[in-house]
Amino acid sequence: MELYELSVADARQKLDKKEISSVELTKSVFERIDEAEPKLDAFITVCKESAFKDAELADKMIAEGKKAPLLGIPVSIKDLICTKGVKTTCASKILENFIPPYDATIVEALKKNGAVITGKVNMDEFAMGSSTENSAFKITKNPWDTKRIPGGSSGGSAVCVAADMSLVSFGSDTGGSIRQPASHCGVTGLKPSYGRVSRYGLVAFASSLDQIGPFTKTVEDAAMVMNTIGFFDPKDSTSFPSDTPDYTSFLEKGMKGVKVGIIKEYMDAKGIDPEISDSINKSVDVFKSLGAEIVEVSLPNTKYAVPAYYVIAPSEASSNLARYDGVRFGARVETPELIEMYKETRSKGFGAEVKRRIIIGTYALSAGYYDAYYGQAQKVRTLIADDFKKAFEKADILLSPVTPEPPFKLGEKIDDPLTMYLSDIFTISANLAGIPGISVPCGFTSNNLPIGLQLMAPSFEEGRLLKAGYNFQCETDFHKKRPVI
Amino acid sequence: MTISRDEVLYVAHLARLEIPPEEMEGLSSQIDDILSYVATLKEADTKNVDPTAQSISLVNRFREDIVGETLGSDKAVSNCQDNYDGMFVVPKVVKS
Repeated sequence: MELYELSVADARQKLDKKEISSVELTKSVFERIDEAEPKLDAFITVCKESAFKDAELADKMIAEGKKAPLLGIPVSIKDLICTKGVKTTCASKILENFIPPYDATIVEALKKNGAVITGKVNMDEFAMGSSTENSAFKITKNPWDTKRIPGGSSGGSAVCVAADMSLVSFGSDTGGSIRQPASHCGVTGLKPSYGRVSRYGLVAFASSLDQIGPFTKTVEDAAMVMNTIGFFDPKDSTSFPSDTPDYTSFLEKGMKGVKVGIIKEYMDAKGIDPEISDSINKSVDVFKSLGAEIVEVSLPNTKYAVPAYYVIAPSEASSNLARYDGVRFGARVETPELIEMYKETRSKGFGAEVKRRIIIGTYALSAGYYDAYYGQAQKVRTLIADDFKKAFEKADILLSPVTPEPPFKLGEKIDDPLTMYLSDIFTISANLAGIPGISVPCGFTSNNLPIGLQLMAPSFEEGRLLKAGYNFQCETDFHKKRPVI
Repeated sequence: MTISRDEVLYVAHLARLEIPPEEMEGLSSQIDDILSYVATLKEADTKNVDPTAQSISLVNRFREDIVGETLGSDKAVSNCQDNYDGMFVVPKVVKS
């Protein structure tokens, strides 16, 4: 077994027992990057030199007896989380040369706890997309089949972990951007509750929906990562001031008495791939065999989730992205007139999907249309959140597919944005309701493409997801399979 | 038809975007498709339903008015393509 194949938990043990050093682990990871990256294109910026400095520092901290879950562990970061002195492009031409003068709170926490930052990874431009094809710089490939999409928007993060090019990667999830690529690449992806992980230094897409979370090889690793990033941050006014649990304390065996809710509208959804339905049904059996009680729940307003999202997210985006006008940061097209400068800068700097969403958002917020679109979408958001509240009166966690289909072919949906939007049909509701969700591998199609299982819990009950996911992974080995690259 | 080409152009102008004529047709029809799709929201019964702006129960949070660490103007303008003496330089706004 190569060192780059280790989980965080296994690497942690070896590092703490001084069987390996962080420099050795980092070296192994970079050898893997050299081998796999030319085939997969997951990175925008590789930080080899600084990573070895991080690793040397980590080894020193370990020698001094410091303990931390990610101490000496190689991690990568989606290129929309600010890293001081390292380019943060959001996979957009408009930020191609943007070098943040400060670290995001989670990056600060990673550095303080001795993590090794391997680089910044690819994504859909400004996190708008479900395939990572909207990157202005490169097309990331799915390591299980390089003719297929890795999912998105955090495609680079999912590929990085699936192909062992980092032990952990940090992404963001606005409508499924962690869970969907995790599912498509056969890794574990956790979207924490809104307010659980600081968004300070996360470049904003849709501020009421965005949340940072980890991609890992196991649920156990996700719990260890949460112990480093899941805390209250006064710098983020939406960070929730709650007690921070020891997330690893939820990794207990036993599902007896736990009520697992199957969502009627998701299982009956049109267009769901039969191999996915089959894997989900088998996963239900796994929970049954562990002693969980299976109940059926209904989320009657599910059909309005995607439409509500595609009003709310573009509206917030149109406002957030107004700051890219060539004045304070980013590329500027020099013109003699100010308005012309704004227009030319933005038109040359943004890609097609970003422009589409800015126009839709601007329209939905404009005089005369606000009530019909944005106002109505916000009310529907209440209905969707209420559906979840009722469902959680009957069930402790909810279980569903992550995606209706396995990863599609590169280029297949790029000219049809609406069809692309529908690939987020099972993940979007959690963002609208602010609840946490996790994707864990639960099977493979006959073409050897990964299938993911989604679990959701009430806000700030990540513990229930970690417990259920951990129990599932103790009984199954889908998460242990790795693609041949 | 939910949105006309002229409306797309007008909204693009509000958002300070230029749409090249060759992209106009494709973009208009995609936006029209998306807006027609999201129009299904009108079918939802939202009588007496309050809007949700964000999903957690936080209200404005204040902190003590104490000066903390700041970036400083040199760093703050470091990503601006055109800066002078700690300031952002822009094309002339007021005409003489």
